[in-house]
Amino acid sequence: MINLQEVIETNKMIEQENLDVRTITMGISLLDCSDKDLTVTCEKIYKKITTLACNLVQTGEDIAKEFGIPIVNKRISITPISLVGSACCRTPGDYVQIAKTLDRAAKEVGVNFLGGYSAIVSKGMTRSDELLIRSIPMALACTERICSSVNVGSTKTGINMDAVRLMGDIIKDTAEATKEKDSLGCAKLVVLCNAPDDNPFMAGAFHGVSEADAIINVGVSGPGVVKYALEQIPDANFELLCETIKRTAFKITRVGQLVAQEASSRLGVPFGIIDLSLAPTPAIGDSVADILKCIGVEHPGAPGTTAALALLNDQVKKGGVMASSYVGGLSGAFIPVSEDQGMIDAVEAGALTIEKLEAMTCVCSVGLDMIAIPGDTPATTIAGIIADESAIGMVNQKTTAVRIIPVVGKTVGDTVEFGGLLGYAPIMPVNTFSSQRFVDRGGRIPAPIHSFKN
Amino acid sequence: MTRAIITVVGKDTVGIIAKVCTYLADNQINILDISQTIVQEYFNMMMIVDLTKSVKAFDVLSDELTKIGKDTGVQVKCQLEDIFDKMHRI
Repeated sequence: MINLQEVIETNKMIEQENLDVRTITMGISLLDCSDKDLTVTCEKIYKKITTLACNLVQTGEDIAKEFGIPIVNKRISITPISLVGSACCRTPGDYVQIAKTLDRAAKEVGVNFLGGYSAIVSKGMTRSDELLIRSIPMALACTERICSSVNVGSTKTGINMDAVRLMGDIIKDTAEATKEKDSLGCAKLVVLCNAPDDNPFMAGAFHGVSEADAIINVGVSGPGVVKYALEQIPDANFELLCETIKRTAFKITRVGQLVAQEASSRLGVPFGIIDLSLAPTPAIGDSVADILKCIGVEHPGAPGTTAALALLNDQVKKGGVMASSYVGGLSGAFIPVSEDQGMIDAVEAGALTIEKLEAMTCVCSVGLDMIAIPGDTPATTIAGIIADESAIGMVNQKTTAVRIIPVVGKTVGDTVEFGGLLGYAPIMPVNTFSSQRFVDRGGRIPAPIHSFKN
Repeated sequence: MTRAIITVVGKDTVGIIAKVCTYLADNQINILDISQTIVQEYFNMMMIVDLTKSVKAFDVLSDELTKIGKDTGVQVKCQLEDIFDKMHRI
């Protein structure tokens, strides 16, 4: 039988160390909503989402109350819309109509984000993929809850450099279209390489074509719990350090597994995966950067940071895999800048640069995340950053991503405030040497060789 | 059997256990186990209870127990046992 110490430990994690379930995300296939008439397509989409997800938010709240564990977000991911709209959309404006429909559906069921306004163009773009991509700035400017993603490369296909180049412009246009809100649209737009089909975390969530009609995916979190556990063993060697992270990750993930199974059975929707990610929030103590400091670097960015992050990421997976029956999604420590107070501090202290963040993304999920850069950064430079990050993902057979915000009218020294879970960020300097000739070449980078690893 | 864990945390107060137990008895909730300790001058009590015959729905019970706690100046929480079981038992 459970004893008092165990009960106290669990409740302390929840009340003092910010343990929570970050998101229950319902994946919904919209492939059967496609019609050659735009109005009919929109009606079918609205009906399917509001029917399947009508109890999602209430169920999440019930589970949170009964087990006493906060479930921060209830969200929806959908089939990449470039596929659903391909039969009926003739212009970017047609896709924007679908975006507005999705936004209405998200509001109706009460979810805070809906992801999947997406296109998968790892090797080439269809006409509808390109129309959707070109509609992104307008779609994000006229909706509140829609998240968009574009997958521009993979280990098996190489990198679609035409799409990379285009995304440089699209990110700039999105920043411009949402400049009244500090270019907030770019915080809801991510460019991926090797995007998983079952990721429950925004902004990169979509419901891949390999998935069932509907599915429940759960993202767990708990950087604060890992940090607290490590604070108890300040002088431990690597063996004890790793064991402690693993043990803590196991406990965190078990809670996620319980919530996922409950949500799945109450909603009558199959359980998909648990995403074993350490996802920080701007709340004090809920920080991946603080864990790195506990492990022993003065600030993230100091030499040793990449190694510390690598061991953290690996131990979280080792502990989490045993705690859950199915693991998927991104599953790794997130290192967003604006959503993590410790990362913000490191940038302000001059310890952390974009180049070091890029190195860190080689060993953890997901990529250059929530980084504010000067508004006058050229589109070609942004495309260059995307190409670099995609190359890391392609060669290392992992998911990488770029969610970068060129804040219109702001430059290094300024700060931008996104609010809520998105936090705030100092504008970070970007290397000012040109990438234009490189990204303007056109075509694609071939898939890498899968032998002779070095 | 639906089992829940009720925890009471706060400064030690006269009659707090009596109040919670009376409430549970009034609602046909059986106490299976009870234990307590003092951690850093704070009173920590835990009850394992059986909700099978409870006359009230879980969310009502949970809210009313929280209110009893508030009125007495302590924190009372009611959670299904599964969360502790899953976290601490393989």
